[in-house]
Amino acid sequence: MMEEVQEVRSALSVHGHDIKVTDVLRDGDALTFVIVSQKLSGTGEYHVDRTYDDFEWLQQHLFSQEDVPGIQGVIFPPIPAKPQVNASAKVLKQLGFLGLGEWQPYCKALETFLRQVASHSMLEKNKAVEIFLTSTDPPGRQRARKNIFNRLSQAVEEKRKEGHKDVDEFFQAARDQNLNLTGHSKNAAERFLDVVLTEQKIAVACGHFSAALHLCVEAGEDPDKQAFSRICVKLSEVFESMKKNMTSTAANDVSTLGLGLDLESRYQEAEKEMLFRRTCKLVELETARRNAEKAKPVKKTAMEEVKKAAETEFDQICGVAKQEIARFEGVRVEILQQALVQWCEQQLLTAKESADQFNQYLQAFRGMA
Amino acid sequence: MAASSDRSPPPFSSAAEQPEEAAPADMADGDSDEGEDIFVNNTNPVAVSRGVSQPERVSEEPPDLFTEEEEAGNTNTKSNGVHSDDDNDLFADAHVELNTDKSGSSDRKELSSSSSSSSGPLPSSSFTQNPALVQPSSLEQLEEEEAKDSFDLDVAVTNPEKVGDGMNAYVAYKVSTRTSLAMFRNKTFSVRRRFSDFLGLYEKLSVKQSHHGCIIPPPPEKSVVGMTKVKVGMDDPSSVEFVERRRAALERYLQRIVSHPSLLQDPDVREFLEREELPRAVNTQALSGAGFLKMINKASEAVNKMTIKMNESDTWFEDRFQEVENEEQQLRKLQAVVDSLVNHRKELCGNTAVFAKSMAMLGNSEDNTALSRALSQLAEVEDKMEQLHQEQAASDFFIFAELLGDYIRLLGAVRGCFDQRTRAWQRWQEAQSTLQKKRESEAKLLWANKPEKLQQAKEEIADWEARVTQYERDFDRIGMTVRKEVLRFEKEKAKDFKSQIIRYLEAMVQSQQRLIKFWEAFLPEAKAIA
Repeated sequence: MMEEVQEVRSALSVHGHDIKVTDVLRDGDALTFVIVSQKLSGTGEYHVDRTYDDFEWLQQHLFSQEDVPGIQGVIFPPIPAKPQVNASAKVLKQLGFLGLGEWQPYCKALETFLRQVASHSMLEKNKAVEIFLTSTDPPGRQRARKNIFNRLSQAVEEKRKEGHKDVDEFFQAARDQNLNLTGHSKNAAERFLDVVLTEQKIAVACGHFSAALHLCVEAGEDPDKQAFSRICVKLSEVFESMKKNMTSTAANDVSTLGLGLDLESRYQEAEKEMLFRRTCKLVELETARRNAEKAKPVKKTAMEEVKKAAETEFDQICGVAKQEIARFEGVRVEILQQALVQWCEQQLLTAKESADQFNQYLQAFRGMA
Repeated sequence: MAASSDRSPPPFSSAAEQPEEAAPADMADGDSDEGEDIFVNNTNPVAVSRGVSQPERVSEEPPDLFTEEEEAGNTNTKSNGVHSDDDNDLFADAHVELNTDKSGSSDRKELSSSSSSSSGPLPSSSFTQNPALVQPSSLEQLEEEEAKDSFDLDVAVTNPEKVGDGMNAYVAYKVSTRTSLAMFRNKTFSVRRRFSDFLGLYEKLSVKQSHHGCIIPPPPEKSVVGMTKVKVGMDDPSSVEFVERRRAALERYLQRIVSHPSLLQDPDVREFLEREELPRAVNTQALSGAGFLKMINKASEAVNKMTIKMNESDTWFEDRFQEVENEEQQLRKLQAVVDSLVNHRKELCGNTAVFAKSMAMLGNSEDNTALSRALSQLAEVEDKMEQLHQEQAASDFFIFAELLGDYIRLLGAVRGCFDQRTRAWQRWQEAQSTLQKKRESEAKLLWANKPEKLQQAKEEIADWEARVTQYERDFDRIGMTVRKEVLRFEKEKAKDFKSQIIRYLEAMVQSQQRLIKFWEAFLPEAKAIA
């Protein structure tokens, strides 16, 4: 068990862009993820086992970097929701695409999280990242110090600040746009999930049809009966092939566009949280200014101090936030582009294979006696 | 006489070789008859009424029934699934059967003579086709055409139209026939028939002694729910689908009837096809509710309740009957799976449409221009895919589900034939046992010495002896008919399934090609996002 991590910052010793989550091990209800990262100097890899709790530990440490100026302006790469073996319907719905398959999409999402963290200039230097990726021992299980913005945006009493009018046009526009995109991207991800689930159902039905056709095969030497049996067998093959294609299509959907939309949706939420933090700071600042103004001479200096501190913090946050927003735009467009291109390429491949197969079957049937 | 000039099909080459070009002409709405070949437009009601017509889809269907027959190797199929690519062989068989059929009628003799006389002049005169095509390039082709000539009839059911208003409204269909057979007054003609007329035809055919043992194709099911919707209005999608489904089913029903050599000879069939006004069919109650199969099963029960069981010297009938029952069960299972497949595809349509909208909204909100454009393009691609899924669902349904439904009912009809044979046997046995009783009572009368009663008894014995002979002959005849029918059924079934599957695969290949085009068009858009 590691001691509580000191807030020491140092460079990351691995390549951030090709961290891989190569495997997921299931032990009863517990899931362990195998993470492989490449050493920066020389050859060699780090292999570590981590559970979801370890990921949360990492995230907590990233959140609680109070000494980093403007840290609240960072758009923190989003971590997926907690996975559950034999998940309930509610959990599955929450996980969306990440709950499909044998956890491969989930692993991909964790991988993306780590890559995003490791390539973020303000986050990667946190020692916790280094420990997480390279230490053979599991990182500390104890909770980091209670940080100032854990679940902040969920706090009900804070919610009313969300609509607080901004003083800066740029940020007001950013907030409006973010609100729009958060809603739309979440909706798109959910609708696409519906499509994928239906595709899976169709694949299953094709499989059933294929199996049922085998029951129609009859023994016997009657040439017409044999002809019919051959037809049933061939048709069974056709539907088995259709099942494979549909399964392939659904899998492609998930691993490309599905993950892309899921990430976009969660990242927009992360931006929303950052903007909300800034808005809260704005409210705090405005309150501090009013207090300083109204303060009686006794309290005046103290209030001015508070006001100054708030101003500095707010400016720092705004500075970081602006950078982050620009960075985020670049990152998300790149992610979406990749997702769309890969999706299209894979679907094109599947469609071509399908067309070939159907053609072959068509010729086979035409040639049948 | 034949007013075939307005019915000339489009030139062969455009119809078969370049389907794309023929398509726009074929897209004319079914209501107008001007210069339009209804056999070409067989496929249109499917496309037009369902609102998902694509020129490509129409064109893939072979437009003209007759044109297929010219190409021996062409295995394109008609829209309604009754095989037509081997009509050639079928007619050859029928040709033979006609000559050996004992129960002749003047019509039959006419036909035989017409068939033999047709071996002389070229068939081109009786077809309204592009003359360029009909030049036989080989003796083989000429012989093929002759065989087709002597027994050629094609029927189509089109143009459903609502007649009347409110709850008394009904749908009238146009039944068009094109034939070279001499027993018809004209070469091409059409009449209007309503659903109960089709049922009435079945009623008439099924009660005739001469058709006992024959597998009479069953008509489509009645549907109170479906018809009520149609009576209210024919425009909503589910009514449109219902009417199209019924139209296609009626067409297959008639096509199966006319391709049956004995049934085609039946005067009721001829009347159905030809006569302007048909008296209203009234005895169709038996076919209501669960309809045809229920009727068959009821009759089966009655047969099974009879105390005398058949001793089969030949296990052929028992074996076949068992196979038929098994097959019916298997087809039912298949049908259930297909139904679920069709539902899922429809669900996919809906989901795809909703997803497309969500992407459109996302694209609209997007600031980055290239991304915005790509997302909007994606929304359009998904819209096109929705249509594709829609057609896929239709294909699954109209091809497989209906095919399976037809054969489940046909197998019921096959069972019906077996039952008829059993009843014939029972009648014979009962006659034998009555004869035996008469002989016994004659013996008693001899003993009792009552001359007048004795005379009567002797007459009765003679009568019953004749009956026994007759019933035995009937039984043998039915047995032979059933055998022949079952063999023919197996052949037809294999052909039918094969041609439907080919049709299905052709549609699948087409839709995959379109899918490929969508993706290929989208890829550069996706790559262009910077």
